[in-house]
Amino acid sequence: MLRDAWLVAGKDLRIEVRSKVALGQVAPFAFVVVLLFGLALGPAVGRGSVLSAAAPGLFWVAVLLATVLAVQRSFAVEAADGAADGLRLSGLDPAGVFLGKAAAVAGQLLVLELFLAAAVSLVYDRHLSALVVLAASCVTATIGLVAAGVLYGVVSMGARQRETLLPLLFFPLVAPILLGATKLWGEALAGAPGRGSGWLELLGAFAVAYCAIGVVAFGPLLEEA
Amino acid sequence: MGAAISLRECVSLSGRFPLLAGLSLEVREGEVVHLRGPNGAGKSSLLRLCAGLVPVVSGSAVVLGHDLRTDRHSVRREVGLLGHSGFLYDDLSVERNVRFAVRAARADPGQVEGALRRLGLDGRLRHVPVARLSAGQRRRVSLAVLVARRPRLWLLDEPHAGLDQDGRAELDQLVVEARAAGSTVVLASHELERASAVSDRVVGLAGGRVVAASLCEGRVAGEVGSDVA
Repeated sequence: MLRDAWLVAGKDLRIEVRSKVALGQVAPFAFVVVLLFGLALGPAVGRGSVLSAAAPGLFWVAVLLATVLAVQRSFAVEAADGAADGLRLSGLDPAGVFLGKAAAVAGQLLVLELFLAAAVSLVYDRHLSALVVLAASCVTATIGLVAAGVLYGVVSMGARQRETLLPLLFFPLVAPILLGATKLWGEALAGAPGRGSGWLELLGAFAVAYCAIGVVAFGPLLEEA
Repeated sequence: MGAAISLRECVSLSGRFPLLAGLSLEVREGEVVHLRGPNGAGKSSLLRLCAGLVPVVSGSAVVLGHDLRTDRHSVRREVGLLGHSGFLYDDLSVERNVRFAVRAARADPGQVEGALRRLGLDGRLRHVPVARLSAGQRRRVSLAVLVARRPRLWLLDEPHAGLDQDGRAELDQLVVEARAAGSTVVLASHELERASAVSDRVVGLAGGRVVAASLCEGRVAGEVGSDVA
């Protein structure tokens, strides 16, 4: 399973390096979202401003939207030229395919989050403190988001309405992750990262649960896609 | 030699639409069978069923010793399907596509170089992304995957489509060599003379059933499998 995961992750990342879709479309989209929120909620004037207070939530909404694009892209390459059939015929362990695709998307998102956090700090005028907690929340929340995204990505892969189906299925499922990550970031940026430990545990629980469901369910879902 | 493919009263559906309607066919190991029939006869569906991509609703279907009614997955690593789609990744280079398919199938990576050379894909072409290739060159890449994987059962759906004269001759030679190596080949083709020239037997399909079967010129009854119409 891990061998297959490594193989699929390498293939997906190689495709992204060649096509530069993540760099040329997903990342600019996320930055535009951050900028648009900045324009809509007004110029930041210190820690009391609406924009500053909403910064954690806006960061995670931008990550959520970028996740949808990244997952859609991950499955678009499988839909082209019957590659999904090729994936089924390959004999790869479906659990390995799930983990590989999730790892590739997670890797791209974590890099994006690094730059997005810097942009949020700059545009929304929020000093990033408790970096270890912020990083831990990024890792656990991203794993949960990506696991759920890849699971629903394969469901929507064969559907005609896949562009709208994925967000429709995905957003309600990951609402707890959005809530937990936002609360944790809020506590960390407020200088009380210890108060967010419960949220970090929640994010970890969702990450483990969605990964476990994905490992078990991805194979049957790939067959139906 | 045993049966590579043994189908009895096989029914397969796409939704409520019948793809195969009680099809029976037996193909021996090492045999080359040419499937003929009009569009919609069930040729592609039969090949996809043998590859484990299409479920069997009723009847029995055993391919390379795997019962497809209970396990469609195990057979997949042992068959090579050349379908209407090439199963290729546009943004990966020719070589990367072949290497990925070979490693995924746990085949010998040492076969990749020979396969690329055999299909004329070595040299600079190996580094070109598949998206930039012509239809015929893409077909060659898909064939290179099969050559490198060396499957026990070759399932070729309109394999001549898109290939130039040299490519078609090369394909015919590959079929002959696969047979000589003990592999079984089932090919669906509208290139009647060309496909029959490399086949042991011709099987006619219509409406998802076998409607005719005959030995090809020079073949002897008893050396090949049978069909139950």
